[in-house]
Formats: sequence, structure tokens, C-alpha cells
Amino acid sequence: MKILVCISKTPDTTAKIAFTDNNTKFAQDGVQWIINPYDEWYALVRAIELKEKDPSTVLHLVNVGTADADAVIRKALALGGDEAIRVNADSHDSFYIASQIAEVARSGGYDLVFTGRETIDYNGSSIGGMVAELLGLPYVSLASKFDLNGTTATITREIEGGEEICEVALPVVVSCQKGMAEQRIPNMKGIMGARTKPLKVVEPTAVDALTSIVSFELPPAKAGVKLVSADNPEELVRLLHEEAKAI
Amino acid sequence: MSVLIFIDQAEGHIKKAALEAMSYGAKVAAQLGTTAEGIVLGSVKEDLAALGKYGVKKIHHVNNAALDHFDAQTYTHAIAEAVKASGADVVIFSNNVDGKAIAPRLSAQLKAGLVSGAVALPDTSNGFVVKKTVFSGKAFANIAISTPLKIVALNPNSYKVETADGTAEVAALNVTVETPKVKVTAVNKVTGEIPLSEAEIVVSGGRGLKGPENWGMITDLAHVLGAATACSRPVADAHWRPHHEHVGQTGLAIAPNLYIAVGISGAIQHLAGVNRSKVIVVINKDPEAPFFKAADYGIVGDAFEVMPKIIAAAKKVKGMA
Repeated sequence: MKILVCISKTPDTTAKIAFTDNNTKFAQDGVQWIINPYDEWYALVRAIELKEKDPSTVLHLVNVGTADADAVIRKALALGGDEAIRVNADSHDSFYIASQIAEVARSGGYDLVFTGRETIDYNGSSIGGMVAELLGLPYVSLASKFDLNGTTATITREIEGGEEICEVALPVVVSCQKGMAEQRIPNMKGIMGARTKPLKVVEPTAVDALTSIVSFELPPAKAGVKLVSADNPEELVRLLHEEAKAI
Repeated sequence: MSVLIFIDQAEGHIKKAALEAMSYGAKVAAQLGTTAEGIVLGSVKEDLAALGKYGVKKIHHVNNAALDHFDAQTYTHAIAEAVKASGADVVIFSNNVDGKAIAPRLSAQLKAGLVSGAVALPDTSNGFVVKKTVFSGKAFANIAISTPLKIVALNPNSYKVETADGTAEVAALNVTVETPKVKVTAVNKVTGEIPLSEAEIVVSGGRGLKGPENWGMITDLAHVLGAATACSRPVADAHWRPHHEHVGQTGLAIAPNLYIAVGISGAIQHLAGVNRSKVIVVINKDPEAPFFKAADYGIVGDAFEVMPKIIAAAKKVKGMA
């Protein structure tokens, strides 16, 4: 069994969002970088659990990024995984990134590819579907549970207003969300061990991006809250009905 | 040349998200001086010609029961055939659960640039630039698509449904459908509840409610307002509420017309999932709760005292008392 987990580097969830260069670039000053929470808490931790259950499992991580992603990749390796592969490229186009991951997945012959449901910076929700299509594999998105029985996976996925349970024979690409696993904190042994795990750097394959970022903008500021007295909460309902026309 | 809209359905009924996608697609078509067409997959229980009122002129229908269950691979294949049949140069999806699974596949198959999470009509004055949410709702990005075929996945609740007189021509489209590799073995729908992603009003509770036994005030108000219920991350993590109700940066991002947060302090991660709501109401006993800074209306007070009065007043407004 070979598992590939896709790891993206994103700003910390509390990072201040601002832009530079005439609103064309994210302002990175003072920003803490983390593993995209969906990739870490759900995709990676579930993959580690599968490896704990079957220690013969080979677990690799893949990142598409420049050398400044290495610290985040080492953090992921501290949680678990045998080795990491970084495709040495800088791009914000989903198709370009998915093409690089698909190339790594194809040459590595993985049975299972896990991604997070989306990154918390670009919110594309696109990588898993694109990788699956490029590999000609089935894709189960927004999975909240994943179990293996031999080479058949049983997966619970989100649908509108509920969930669906499905079965699929490996290989498969799965995007992971809450429910898959619980967040873990790396221990000292993991952190020490991560330093010596292989982090292979490979050069990207030539692919044209299909989209490009023109500019960023911040949402308009709120006018300010209108407070209603706790002694007269009926007034809130009146305002919502007559002023905001929201109910 | 045309704009093709994927008309998403569940159990034979057209989803609200699809009505938004049609209204949006019809406007894009008008902007480009072309017509809007739709693609429907699987058996339906509705009159497809009537969908013309949302601005689509022609509907390609693959009336094949093999497509009654959603599967990303077979759906993508069928939609790719419809792209050929309609000669589309723009394809519109809703960025809902199904759209998130198939739009990226279609993009990779046809090498067509995709913008997912669109919140506005494209700017076609110089190329094709689409505004989308980034940083989990804390900002927007304008993305240019450089390929001849363009795909846009529209965020639910971002574009108003528009109707006019009109009937669509319905044309059967024959597509060879393979047996899906993903086999659905069970569907667990929470019946009688409004799906969070489609809800116009959402009532949400946080740790301030002290325990799951106090959720009656949330569900009661939701029932009166025809709203969906949601919760903050600590509440889902503590298993007070199911995790599909978790809204926020690592849960679901929503954009209802009205979001009522009760006993939620408004951590930045929570705000990221709800700050595109049109009207935000915060009820919290802590006047320093950061959520008040992002709110339109607020009450500084104890939810246990305030909520019963709000529910009673809402019942009056709704003619239920």
C-alpha cells in the first residue's frame, strides 16, 4: 500500500490579510506559515492512522513550492510519513499545481492520493479533482470518513443536507475534511526524526497555467454594529423585519 | 458559441444553486452576445422546458438512470459531451458539493481555465476576469482565464435568482455512460432540515450555550424563521452538534442573507466562514466579544434570557402566534 498526501503551505489562520505591489501580491511580512489545516488535520493524520494500522504502508508527502516551504514540510514529516517530495516551482494556478502532483503520483504508483478539501488561502477545492482526472482515477470529494478493507475503500462524503456512503476499489483520489481524523501535535521523537527523513526536490514538468491572478481586494468595511438593549430584544426582531428586511 | 450551465439536481429536483447558476449564466451569455444553454443529467421530476424562465434557451438532457447517482467521473464525461454539442465557450457550475467535484475534472480534461468560488459576473471588457473569494472570505482575487474555453463555479448565495418569460427547447443528448467506479451504498439525509449551504437564514450557536441540552433555543428560532442551524468549531469538536454544522475557516463557508450568532465570540477563524453573510446578528453577554465588530445588529445580553423573547417576537412577525 502506497499513500501520497498533498501538503500545501498557507498563512496561519490568524494571519493579517493585506496586499502589496499595487494589490497584486499577498503581504508576507510577519506572516506565520503553517500546513494547510485540511491537509494536516484530516488528510495527513488519517493517512498516518492507516499506516499505524498497517505498518507496511508507504506514506509519502508531496508539496509544490519553493525552498521556503521546506520548514512546513518538515513539520508535516514530524507528524508522520516516510519521505517528502517537493516539486520546485512557484505557481498559484490550480491546474499547474495539479499537473505536478499528478506527475509525482503517476511515477510513484500510489494506491491512494489524499488532499485537503481546499486550501485556506486560495479556496480552490480543485486540486483533488484535477489530479484524479489527469490520472484517470475515480474521485471522492469532501470525505469525512475513510476506511480500508483490503483494496476496497469505504468512504463517507458530504452531500447537500446529509452524507453518502460509498465504496470504491483502489486506486482513488480523496479530498478530506472534518471528521476524517483529529488534530495531532507532533512529539519530540517525531520532530527529531523528521530532520533525517528524506526530502527529495524534483524539478517541475513543463505545463502552461490556465489562469493568472490580476489583483486582490479587501471586502468593504462594515458600517458598525447597531446595538439593541437586552431588556427589549423584541426591537431586534422589528429591525430585522422592517429595516434589514431579512426576516 | 454559447454559455453552458450545469443544472444540478437531486432526486429529480433542480437545486436552488442551479437556479442561481442559470440566472448568472444567462447574464454572462447576454454580456458576450450569445445564448445560454443547460445540461441536465439523470431522471428528473420537473418540467425542463419551464427552466426557460431562468434565461436558458435550450436544455440538453441526458435522460439516463445510470446518472441518477452523482459520480464525478461519469458526470464529467457527460458534461464534456454537452460542451461539444452546444459549442460552449463558457461553462458555469455552482460551486456546491457537486460542482466542487466535477468542475476541476472538466477543467483538467478540456484544459479549460477554472475559477471556483466566483462571487460576481466576469469582467469581459478586456479578456475574461472573474472575482472570487480567497483567504476564506477575508479577501477577493480577480482571476484572468487565458484559455479559449472558460469554466466558472459560482459560490452559492452569491447571485440573485432572476426570472423572465421564456420556455427552453429540450433536446435529448445521448451519451454512453459507463458504470461508475464509485458505488453509493447508503444515503443519510437529515430530513426536514434545510441544507446549510442553501439556507437564506442561518441560526448558529457557540460555547456560550454551555451544552447540547440547551440547543432548543437555536432549533426553535431556526424553525420559526425557516432557517438552517450551524455551530462554531469548539461545539462541533465537543460533539455537541454534528460536524457538518461547523461553519468557519476549517468548516463550511456560508453566505446567507441573515446569520444569527448566539454565544459565539467571533474568533477570526469563525468570521472567515461567515463574513460574506449579508446581515450579521450577534447575541453575546461579553461586550468585548470580537464578533460585535463584524456585526450589523447586536445584543449584549444573556442568551438564556434574550432568546425566548426573540423567538416569541419572531413568531408574531411570522404569524405563528
